Amino acid sequence: MTFWRTMIGGGLLTGAAHAAPGIGLQTPVTSVAHEIYDLHNLLVIIATTIFVGVLVAMFYAIVKHRKSAGHEAKHFHENTTVEVIWTVIPLLILVGMAWPATRAVLHQKQTRGEDMTIKITGYQWKWRYDYLDAGMGFMSNLGTPRDAIYKTGTKGEHYLLEVDQPLVVPTGKRIRLLLTANDVIHAWWVPALGVKQDAIPGFVRDAWFKVDKPGIYRGQCAELCGRDHAFMPIVVDARSPADYEKWVAQKQKTLAASADDPNKTWTLKDLVARGETVYQQNCAACHQPNGQGIPGTFPPLAGSPIATKNRAAHLDIVINGSRRNPAMAAWGKVLNDTEIAAVITYERNAFGNNTGDVVQPKDIKAARGGKA
Amino acid sequence: MQTTVESRHYFVPEPSHWPIIGSLALFCMGLGAAFAINEMPVGSFVLAAGVALLVWMLFGWFGDVIREGLRGLYHAQEDMSFRWGMGWFIFSEVMFFGALFGALFYVRVISLPELGNMQHKLLYPEFVPSWPLVSGPGIQATYEAMQAWGLPAINTLILLTSGATVTWAHWGMLRGHRRVLSNGLLLTVILGVVFLTLQMWEYSHALHELNLTLASGAYGMTFYMLTGFHGLHVLLGTLILAVVWLRVRRGHFDERHHFAFEAAAWYWHFVDVVWLMLFVFVYWL
Amino acid sequence: MAIADTAGHAPHTGKPTGLGRWLFATNHKDIGSLYLWFSFIMFLTGGVMALAIRLELFSPGLQFWQPELFNQLVTLHGLIMIFGAIMPAFNGLANWMLPLMIGAPDMAFARMNNWSFWLLPPAALLLLLSFFVPGGAAASGWTMYAPLSTQMGMGMDMTIFAIHILGVSSIMGAINIIVTVLNLRAPGLTLMKMPMFAWASLITAYLIIAVMPVLAGAVTMVLTDRHFGTHFFNAAGGGDPVMYQHVFWFFGHPEVYIMALPAFGIISQVIPTFSRKRLFGYTSMVYATASIAILSFMVWAHHMFTTGMPATAQLFFMYATMLIAVPTGVKVFNWVATMWQGSLTFETPMLFAIGFICLFTIGGLSGVILSVAAVDTQLQDTYYVVAHFHYVLVAGALFSLFSAVYYWFPKMTGRMYSERLGKLHFWWSMVWFNVTFFPMHFLGLAGMPRRIPDYALQFTDFNSLATIGAFCFGLGQLIVLYNLLISLRRGPPAVEHPWEGAQTLEWRIPTPAPYHSFVEAPEVDADDNGVIHAVRGGTHH
Ligand code: HEA
Ligand code: HEA
Ligand code: HEC
Ligand code: CUA
Ligand SMILES: [Cu+2]
Repeated sequence: MTFWRTMIGGGLLTGAAHAAPGIGLQTPVTSVAHEIYDLHNLLVIIATTIFVGVLVAMFYAIVKHRKSAGHEAKHFHENTTVEVIWTVIPLLILVGMAWPATRAVLHQKQTRGEDMTIKITGYQWKWRYDYLDAGMGFMSNLGTPRDAIYKTGTKGEHYLLEVDQPLVVPTGKRIRLLLTANDVIHAWWVPALGVKQDAIPGFVRDAWFKVDKPGIYRGQCAELCGRDHAFMPIVVDARSPADYEKWVAQKQKTLAASADDPNKTWTLKDLVARGETVYQQNCAACHQPNGQGIPGTFPPLAGSPIATKNRAAHLDIVINGSRRNPAMAAWGKVLNDTEIAAVITYERNAFGNNTGDVVQPKDIKAARGGKA
Repeated sequence: MQTTVESRHYFVPEPSHWPIIGSLALFCMGLGAAFAINEMPVGSFVLAAGVALLVWMLFGWFGDVIREGLRGLYHAQEDMSFRWGMGWFIFSEVMFFGALFGALFYVRVISLPELGNMQHKLLYPEFVPSWPLVSGPGIQATYEAMQAWGLPAINTLILLTSGATVTWAHWGMLRGHRRVLSNGLLLTVILGVVFLTLQMWEYSHALHELNLTLASGAYGMTFYMLTGFHGLHVLLGTLILAVVWLRVRRGHFDERHHFAFEAAAWYWHFVDVVWLMLFVFVYWL
Repeated sequence: MAIADTAGHAPHTGKPTGLGRWLFATNHKDIGSLYLWFSFIMFLTGGVMALAIRLELFSPGLQFWQPELFNQLVTLHGLIMIFGAIMPAFNGLANWMLPLMIGAPDMAFARMNNWSFWLLPPAALLLLLSFFVPGGAAASGWTMYAPLSTQMGMGMDMTIFAIHILGVSSIMGAINIIVTVLNLRAPGLTLMKMPMFAWASLITAYLIIAVMPVLAGAVTMVLTDRHFGTHFFNAAGGGDPVMYQHVFWFFGHPEVYIMALPAFGIISQVIPTFSRKRLFGYTSMVYATASIAILSFMVWAHHMFTTGMPATAQLFFMYATMLIAVPTGVKVFNWVATMWQGSLTFETPMLFAIGFICLFTIGGLSGVILSVAAVDTQLQDTYYVVAHFHYVLVAGALFSLFSAVYYWFPKMTGRMYSERLGKLHFWWSMVWFNVTFFPMHFLGLAGMPRRIPDYALQFTDFNSLATIGAFCFGLGQLIVLYNLLISLRRGPPAVEHPWEGAQTLEWRIPTPAPYHSFVEAPEVDADDNGVIHAVRGGTHH
């Protein structure tokens, strides 16, 4: 078993040499991450020195001043000089630590001067990336199949750290991130880039990075955000500016091709098929793939009055969200008319809700009150 | 029964069943309330049972304390304990209000300006922060804010006067003027009741005419939470003062032994000061 | 000895018997015992949840629990350990020992003392029952961050009410401690002479009174956001999720010192006893404790370095946090100086105290590394933090409690525990504790987030190791349980003065401590840290 290798092979001490279990910070690829890496090394050295100092003194006493060695207690219990010394020296050490730390903080917080801006939105449980300059955006979902999670033995190399569509960025460009969230707090973290920033619903926070080395860098959500918190990884694919431009052109084309025509009239069958995809990607996390929900937390849609009878209320809650429970977000801001029409149609015809209702994209447009 | 010799023993009460009844009460209240707000059956029933138990326990427990006081079991050292105890209890209350005031200041000084800054135009292109909040970034608030110089100013006057009347009563207590004591207390209680009545009236005005509710965004929520918790404390203070008044009528207390009275007075002053803060930061500024 | 007391004391000549003795107790020793047993049971309960967590984390993939149950286990493990195990244990010890150490007849408010304790079981019950209601227990982490906590089912409401009750309990407990220490000290035992444990309990009590109401306020706002339409933590109405974190950590950081200061107090009693010397630097110990308490109100946002504060705020909280290392260092150095040139022996309490110093220092130093805001952005919400706080909480708070229980066991029960089992317990815990928690530093550095039921493959080895360590560590806690239970019944009678170097007042009363001690206040002639030279008067029965 691998773990015996760790124990016997001294993985604890020499782990840095092995590829498998790292024992330090990941290899940095940005200036900020480098600075943090070096700072951390410095701190570890200081901390270890202090620790060893304390232990040496204590163990000296333990060995030399033990009763069994015949040592008798000396009755001193105060000494202003040493007390001042061991107050001032730690203070000086701290000042020595604070100096480079301050520089690093200021560097990290210098978020402006960007070459391009990407808006990142955290969802339960996926990320959305909007390239504000290129005017395009997409969702990035966990790439690991559920089978691999629930059944042992079929886990690939990047188990849980793979996504369907990575965030592609150009190297050598200062990229400013604008982070927000749709439902609860998430945190966008890629260790090699030295970025960890909470994405707070209703607020915008910023961060930045500039990668020089092309490569794929992985991270994950770092703020407890509900049941699938472990399953919303981040993959950043840094390419040379030329490759990046090519990718953007390509991506814009595929996104345009798959864009929906909001004026199209759909058949029930097509809507249900499309709706199922939308549902599984956006809604199943809470309402469950079978529409049964989670009792007490997320209501079932199977047989629910809203999803079987009150059509207006159904449109309202999906477009505008719940007024009672912020968990049910306003999906109108996230999904387009076709997607909402499809998912509602799906919900009204799946899980045994065989209403036969068809909701068209134009109904959604009307329900939004003309607002896009 | 009054002991004649001043005992050197610190008073340690006998085993008592009141605390455990109180625990049962709070358990029922917690469980019942959790069920009730989640629209589960029997919740409100359990909650009501808990409240009833609590009331019973408070009567029983304080009854014991009063009887012990009358039997002369409390001496200077016990009295000092009570003073320290009450003082720190009030401090804990101050910290509770501190959390709510902190929320108010945070929203006004940090959240709202932030929501309106350039970076947030990305999310809310049209939002302009204001206080009282005219409309939130995500909700359309159609309410009016409270005016400081109407009813609230009158209420301020009432509470300030009531602070003076308890002090007057205290003066009576210290000089042995029982009439002054009794009348001062009664007046304070009456002022408390008047304050509460006006406050209820203000709430109904806010709800029905100004359309101001707990759900009216940052203004509504801080307004009701702060004034609401303050109102609860006024209610409690009034009840305590009323009990003290009844005890005065029965001839309890003398010039030197009247901790219960002082505790009530301290509490009343604390409630008073909270109101002043409210008046300045919730109604006025 | 006073047999027939004046009015009000007559019932005290006999010990109450039966269940009523415990249910209606007003005796500080009985209430202290209740506290200690309750906290030990909660420790086992929280420990079983920890084992459930570790079980799932033994290997990648989901084997045992669904993610939502895993999150509930993490949340309840944290809440139960903090509010059910550590805080009540310190309160129980203070109940048992403070009156004996300062020459008081009982706690200042003996009847309220009963209520402080008896509020704990209902609160614990609310927490545990919440597993069985629709939606399950709170799954938001013990920090209950909004708006995740507004998404939970009714288990969250039960948790909120449980916290209200726990708050009432600990505020009353704290008032009792403050008043007892300030008002019931024996004549002659001035503040600057009383034992460090009394100082630590006093300052801890101040912290409790200052911050428990703030926590109550925070969860109350969550409650109204959940059910009554307020928008405290929702930007739509002008609120702010980050505001919750500010309010919570204004409570939360002092809270960690609420679990550390009494530990420092215990260590400051144990080390001098087994060094056969007086505590070094008593005055600076008192000032250090007070400074830590004051500073603890100015550092809360070090838990929020990744929320996106302005650089100035980050720097302020970073500097303030680093500063706490100074007074804490003073304490560590004073302990070492107390041992220096002493005449040391290594009975179980001393072993745990030494283990405490070693491992708490590690935890403290990793805390300082976390306090460096730039580095914290890599470590926040990772297993590095989990490692940090188990070093200060398990090897800190918990070890100090073991030390205290072994130390005072003979005085409390009149019997001696098995030294052999005690030492086994210590060495076993020491080894397996480190096996469990040291690798978590590596996991955090390498990038493993906390609060996840499943992880990427490169984290497997250390996780398996930590799980094995946790099960062995847990098994070791059965040693202390067995030792205490057996010794309580069949341990050899304790000698009148079990520890040669012990010099505080509690060692001047008969062993086991009589049911009522210091019915009349004694007059004492004392030195600092409660070292007693002479006692006059003071009756026991
Ligand atoms: C008993 C509990 C306890 C104690 C005592 C401490 C002590 C300290 N803690 Fe810890 N901490 C926790 C419990 C505790 N902590 C918990 C529970 C959490 C996580 C909460 C959660 O998110 O769930 C946490 C999290 C936490 C964080 C947030 C991490 C994150 O989430 O990103 C930080 C950051 O600054 C921190 C710092 C510190 C510091 C600087 C100290 C200092 O007080 C340490 C001081 C001690 C020493 C430094 C050692 C001795 C000193 C010397 C030998 C002198 C010389 C030293 C120097 C010059 C450096 N702690
Ligand atoms: C003082 C507090 C305290 C204590 C003592 C402990 C003790 C332990 N904790 Fe801790 N822990 C916290 C406070 C504490 N913890 C907090 C605050 C969190 C954060 C929660 C959050 O993120 O919200 C946390 C989180 C936490 C995590 C991270 C979970 C996650 O982020 O996903 C882990 C993982 O390993 C862990 C493990 C352990 C282990 C193995 C122990 C061991 O030391 C436990 C040892 C004890 C036992 C194993 C019991 C032994 C008993 C038996 C075996 C007999 C049982 C028999 C009967 C009951 C009849 N804890
Ligand atoms: C993060 C969790 C979450 C996600 C994701 C989610 N919902 Fe919901 N949903 C809820 C909650 C919670 C409620 C209950 C709201 C209430 O009580 O007012 C709800 C209610 C509903 C209802 C009303 C059910 C009823 O009978 O009351 C419908 C319809 C619905 N959601 C559809 C959707 C659709 C469509 C999607 C995806 C596009 C979706 N939900 C995604 C949490 C979620
Ligand atoms: Cu998103 Cu954790
Ligand atoms: Cu902290």
